Amino acid sequence: MTVNGWIQIILFSAVIIALAKPLGGYMTAVFAGERTILAPVLRPIERLFYRLAGIDENQEQHWLSYVFAVALFHIGGFVLLYALLRLQGFLPFNPAGQGAVEQGLAFNTAVSFITNTNWQNYGGETTLSYLTQMLGLTHQNFLSAASGIAIAIAVIRGFSRASSKTVGSFWVDVTRATLYVLLPISTVAALFLVWQGIPQTLGPYVDVTTLEGAKQTIAVGPVASQIAIKMFGTNGGGFFNANAAHPFENPTALSNFVQMALIFAIGAALTNVFGRMVGNQKQGWAIFAVMGILFLAGVAIVYPAEAGGNPLIHALGIEGGNLEGKEVRFGVLGSSLFAVVTTDASCGAVNAMHDSFTALGGMIPLINMQLGEIIFGGVGSGLYGMVVFVIIAIFVAGLMVGRTPEYLGKKIESKEVKMAMLAILCLPLAMLGGTAVALSVPSAVSAMGNPGPHGYTEVLYAFSSTAANNGSAFAGLSANTMFYNVLLAISMLMGRFLVVVPALAIAGSLAAKKTVPTSAGTFPTTGPLFVGLVIGVILIIGGLTFFPSLALGPIVEHLAIEAGQSWG
Amino acid sequence: MLKQLRPALVLLVVLTVVTGLAYPFAITGLAGVLFPSQAAGSLVTSNGQIVGSALIGQSFTSDKYFHGRLSATSGPDPKDPSKTISQPYNAANSSGSNLAPTNKALVDRVKDDAAKLKAENPHAPVPQDLVTTSGSGLDPDITPEAAFFQVPRVAKARNIPEDKLHDLVSNHVEGRILGIIGEPKVNVLALNIALDRLAKN
Repeated sequence: MTVNGWIQIILFSAVIIALAKPLGGYMTAVFAGERTILAPVLRPIERLFYRLAGIDENQEQHWLSYVFAVALFHIGGFVLLYALLRLQGFLPFNPAGQGAVEQGLAFNTAVSFITNTNWQNYGGETTLSYLTQMLGLTHQNFLSAASGIAIAIAVIRGFSRASSKTVGSFWVDVTRATLYVLLPISTVAALFLVWQGIPQTLGPYVDVTTLEGAKQTIAVGPVASQIAIKMFGTNGGGFFNANAAHPFENPTALSNFVQMALIFAIGAALTNVFGRMVGNQKQGWAIFAVMGILFLAGVAIVYPAEAGGNPLIHALGIEGGNLEGKEVRFGVLGSSLFAVVTTDASCGAVNAMHDSFTALGGMIPLINMQLGEIIFGGVGSGLYGMVVFVIIAIFVAGLMVGRTPEYLGKKIESKEVKMAMLAILCLPLAMLGGTAVALSVPSAVSAMGNPGPHGYTEVLYAFSSTAANNGSAFAGLSANTMFYNVLLAISMLMGRFLVVVPALAIAGSLAAKKTVPTSAGTFPTTGPLFVGLVIGVILIIGGLTFFPSLALGPIVEHLAIEAGQSWG
Repeated sequence: MLKQLRPALVLLVVLTVVTGLAYPFAITGLAGVLFPSQAAGSLVTSNGQIVGSALIGQSFTSDKYFHGRLSATSGPDPKDPSKTISQPYNAANSSGSNLAPTNKALVDRVKDDAAKLKAENPHAPVPQDLVTTSGSGLDPDITPEAAFFQVPRVAKARNIPEDKLHDLVSNHVEGRILGIIGEPKVNVLALNIALDRLAKN
């Protein structure tokens, strides 16, 4: 660890704090239908879309109808992407001549992108045509992110409204999220990234003769346009196999810094949107504080673990932090911070190979995903995931004092608590259940890329990542098999919809309730007591659920390496 | 519920056209005008020939050049395309080693490489980035320590005084951005092009 490393962490935290309020203010105005700075250009386009689609922007939806719209939109996206993957060989913009993607992989990839997971069983530059990258992946990066934001806004409306039958219109929310939030900022970010060195061309791969006279084929493509939204929409699916470790996806330390800020931007801003919509920004900052504390706690474990390095390599007389699988331009800090950011949020981009992290350095990304990626989180899904935990925390607080729990003037009753528990329980079911199934299938076990407890961690990581819709991997696992493609796709679908539906049910139920006035007996939800309580509930639920599974993997690996043990 | 089909289909189509075609094409057009060199892949020419990309590392094995990091990339065997063999710095198939810290294969590999480096320069500690693979397998950079470490070998192979090479490396060290962000590094391809030029004069 170095002083400079900690300065970089502080600088990054300051940027996120500074972004939350202005972006939150802008997004609040957009979703309230107010005129914003880009309205002169975008408003006519927005209205044209509504006219073509036959949408009345003032007509709102009941929560069930909202769920139905979400489902339809995802199914349509799936069909489109699956068809594109299978047919790319016959379509234009394919200079490398990529053929049809095999069925299992196409199914897995399509599910992966509509659920905002972007698990990479495909190897970008060796499998996909430029058209698939643009029309398939870039496009789903926008739409799955826009859906996430729309759902979060609907959930917030559940709190901010009283005696209302509706939670907003999904069609309007998704259009506005795409046009006003994602597109303009991605455009600026994409151009910035090209300036930093990310290619953006439709030309073929470049053949060069190296200084030593060897032939090298350099894969290029329309990369920057995809990377901007991949980060800003917390998607994480790479243009290239090595994802953000590839110099063409992340060419400089500055591009790395900006990409991390893009990952957190919307998640942080949505806490402010939440505060503004419920009429008290402090409510948003309280949630921001919960997220911020858990984020820094993660960094404070990963950075020392990676900077401490690998004792087995130190024993050979080679000093220094762990650099296996890391890039020199990012170093130990740039890689450690990125690993925490990408798994706090549901991004899943990687700028270093998590599989080669130290045991404890790799355990924190795993835990971040197992908690459901609520630390700033995926665009939208982070906020509604956190709201679910807040409801449980409020319920626990209510039990302690023997009062009906209230949050933001809404009585939290049996229906909300049941729905919150359903959302919380589905994740361990997919993560631990999936791991258990895989471990009982010999061919799935033999897909492990490393011996010893680390191999088991690869499988646990795969199911945690997919259920949490993250998409990062302990990539040594050879998961491009029919078994893993299908099982992991199921895990992704469970992780997306078994959280989305209960969250929207909570929204619908709360929106219909009357608001009760604050009284002396109301538990204040803006202070440190509340922040501490929510953090406690998150860690207790997460700990009770996942500690045994972690003890078998990273914890035992850590104890073993300290004792000088390796596996061959 | 059926009345939702039209908004679903139409919105999907128009948003697909906007985000999947209009947006990437617009960025491609703008990037080509504003930053043509970067947009094409930051290609580097030397003596009128394209010799690589400034951002993509390449394999250097000769004693006369500074070496980059180890690369775990692979590619199809030219003799039998159904087989995959190790192909360092294959810029059409990026990947890392994904070896766990507790994997014996990692420890053995590091041990062998460290012994070779130690023989080459017994006077300095072996820098860790010279015995570890990068995440992408295409890392264009090494640490300044790793560049200085190789000076004695290159000096001997080229018959150039060590202090001259030392100066050359010093001139190629890039510091942190704004003095804060990132890590100090040396771009291996740029260093080697400069080295060829120095040797010619």
